[in-house]
Amino acid sequence: MAKVLVVTSGKGGVGKTTSTAALGAALAQGGENVVVVDFDVGLRNLDLIMGAERRVVYDLINVVQGDAKLNQALIRDKRIENLSLLPASQTRDKDALTPEGVERVIGELREKFDWVICDSPAGIEKGALLAMRHADMAVVVTNPEVSSVRDSDRIIGMLDSKTVKAENGERMEKHLLLTRYDPGRAARNEMLKTEDVLEILSIPLLGIIPESEEVLRASNLGAPVTLNSPTSAPARAYFDAARRLKGEKVEIVVPMQRGGLMSKLFGRRVA
Amino acid sequence: MNLLALFRKKPSAPIARERLQVLLAHERGAHGQSELLAKLQEEILAVIAKHIKVSRDQVQVKLDRNEDIATLEIDIEMPDLSPLAAARH
Ligand SMILES: Nc1ncnc2c1ncn2[C@@H]1O[C@H](COP(=O)(O)OP(=O)(O)OP(=O)(O)O)[C@@H](O)[C@H]1O
Ligand SMILES: [Mg+2]
Repeated sequence: MAKVLVVTSGKGGVGKTTSTAALGAALAQGGENVVVVDFDVGLRNLDLIMGAERRVVYDLINVVQGDAKLNQALIRDKRIENLSLLPASQTRDKDALTPEGVERVIGELREKFDWVICDSPAGIEKGALLAMRHADMAVVVTNPEVSSVRDSDRIIGMLDSKTVKAENGERMEKHLLLTRYDPGRAARNEMLKTEDVLEILSIPLLGIIPESEEVLRASNLGAPVTLNSPTSAPARAYFDAARRLKGEKVEIVVPMQRGGLMSKLFGRRVA
Repeated sequence: MNLLALFRKKPSAPIARERLQVLLAHERGAHGQSELLAKLQEEILAVIAKHIKVSRDQVQVKLDRNEDIATLEIDIEMPDLSPLAAARH
């Protein structure tokens, strides 16, 4: 049965789009049939991160409004054939998305794919609510930083009250993805500890993605980091997270500072 | 190492953690509460509307919290009741 997953956060710029692309690609690389859906209407970016920006003809709004068929709007990845993208519109605004239209499109996607991964816009308004509305499970992307944790707490509250699942009295499965984790700052006790974030938000941990230049490099090139540099630290963390999403038991690796004693000493000194 | 520690600033992460715990304990209550109040207001309004013609803003529900007791204040602005009373008899 298809799983609809929303990648959400409340706060902007924490890594939702990066994580949607990387988790989607990682699941597809593992053989699953995946579609990533951009709900960030008006500020679409998932197409760019996936390297498909020049292939967009129709978008989610066109399909929601019945101006295009789903098959016309879906873009199949050139590198992995079982990975597709449903792009957002760049010119329309969020009001063009109707709840009924979104429900119908999600229903159609459920029939075609094993995983439907929805990249939520930031905020707690209509766009974010529509992105989470039909989800079976949620990945809450959080940076180890006070405002991000606060907004995640708010989003968790909405996942538990404003989704179809919640309204039916069912439990929404939620996972915490800690991103942009900086091992150096963690070692200096200058960053919220993973345990603290987990204790405060009290949802299970899906993974810890280190802050890494490989992520920026991959986005420059238009490829999910799991495709572009599969052995890099962030890619490995995303691969593990994808396996956990499938229900496999994989031990969590806490990113450590790279290099030996010298770089440690140096790292401390510049701090 | 001790000398170094003297110059180093006090770590900020524990402070962040404490501030968050206090803030969120408060905010979680507040959001849950406003939803409860909205529900109460709706249902009270519905009950009253069965018998008396009132508009939405004539029914106010407020929660007050003191040190040891909390009170729910329901404020209903009544329309002129004389025609209603007359109709009854
Ligand atoms: N692990 C990481 N290491 C380094 N940079 C990262 C990492 N994750 C994300 N970034 C960078 O952070 C920025 C924001 O990421 P991204 O666009 O994925 O966030 P978002 O949550 O989707 O933002 P928005 O709320 O605007 O949609 C991008 O420049 C991205 O490359
Ligand atoms: Mg985004």
